[in-house]
Amino acid sequence: MARVTTGITSSHIPALGAAVETGKSEDDYWGPVFKGYQAIRDWIKKPENMPDVVVLVYNDHASAFDQNIIPTFAIGCAEKFKPADEGWGPRPVPDVIGHPDLAWHIAQSLILDDFDMCIMNEMDVDHGCTIPLTMMFGEPEQWPCKVIPLPVNVVTYPPPSGARCYALGDSIRAAVESFPEDLNVHVWGTGGMSHQLQGPRAGLINKEFDLDFIDQLINDPEALSKKPHIDYLREAGSEGIELVMWLIMRGALPEKVRDLYNFYHIPASNTALGALILQPEETAGEPLEPRRVLSGGTFAQA
Amino acid sequence: MTEKKKERINIHEYLAEMDDIPGTRVFTAQRARKGYHLNQFAMSLMKAENRERFLADEKAYLDEWNISEEAKQAVMDRDYNAMIDHGGNIYYLAKLFSTDKKSFQFAAGSMTGMSQEDYAKMMLEGGRSPEGQRSIKGKY
Repeated sequence: MARVTTGITSSHIPALGAAVETGKSEDDYWGPVFKGYQAIRDWIKKPENMPDVVVLVYNDHASAFDQNIIPTFAIGCAEKFKPADEGWGPRPVPDVIGHPDLAWHIAQSLILDDFDMCIMNEMDVDHGCTIPLTMMFGEPEQWPCKVIPLPVNVVTYPPPSGARCYALGDSIRAAVESFPEDLNVHVWGTGGMSHQLQGPRAGLINKEFDLDFIDQLINDPEALSKKPHIDYLREAGSEGIELVMWLIMRGALPEKVRDLYNFYHIPASNTALGALILQPEETAGEPLEPRRVLSGGTFAQA
Repeated sequence: MTEKKKERINIHEYLAEMDDIPGTRVFTAQRARKGYHLNQFAMSLMKAENRERFLADEKAYLDEWNISEEAKQAVMDRDYNAMIDHGGNIYYLAKLFSTDKKSFQFAAGSMTGMSQEDYAKMMLEGGRSPEGQRSIKGKY
């Protein structure tokens, strides 16, 4: 049967893609970010770690969906998804190849499990979906695995609650485990961490909040799932609300997990960036060395 | 009968809290309604031919949309705070600053009243502290 072996979190900011495309990924500004991700790249390319399919949780940034259609939870069931033109032409990356059999299986299972999903048979994917792939896999001709895009509305209020996201993750795990084919499935939660892109408060970063969030995500996700939206907004900035999507990833893993890798960096453009590899404790592999990396911002002087 | 939900969020309290954050306009339904046409205008810039037409004559392009004159002026002035006051959302407005070949950092910085250099420096030094920036009423 298919199994959710791994949960990964990643930033998905467009500036990361721009850094790759303009050859800046080794400069003083971006170097530490890509160095932090290199450990994940090396880990994921090992055959035993490479997913067959990634359920990639992200938010559409007014690309596939505009103000006419605002699905809270959607799932991409198509054969493939093209990179969206977000105003500067489509990102020069391969098409994202779906897994319609598993996607439809998950969609049906979720609906039977009381999650009323919006099913997408044609959908362009924006930086929210393609930047994490770039960060994990670099610049290949084709992405090395299938991807099921799962966009979540975190733009028009209200987004789903943390508890609802956490429960959705649990239902995704159950759906994957009832798929008969033997597949290594990852669930990735993307976005965050603290950031605000609008208004006079733009540029907000809250290191203490972010590090507590990571700790709680690993050790006490049930309590974390009860955090109200206003706490994210006050503490992590208006766009920090994206972090509720990490709870979907976490809900797809069992109560006890091991963090194989735990990377946090300030700043990536306007944002604080967090990238984690989590595995169920019972089947967890060896942690990476170093296991925890904190870089940038005030860490530089620490 | 299925189990009924015991605790519900009070929508009025929920929405009131959204307006209690300094320097922040949460994209609530009220703002989404107000900014519907402005945001849909921004979406139209996802097509290369529309970007060209817009840049060739901004006013003429904007006049095709059901947007107030004030909001049109905010667009032409690239005043992102004013656009957000007219119901714009930053992810929609991103199509506008991308059309200008500007970055998210440029757009975000332009809303703070800081110079681009000072904003970039603040980010490098760890970003804006949340101290005193969390609540208007609570002042914390």
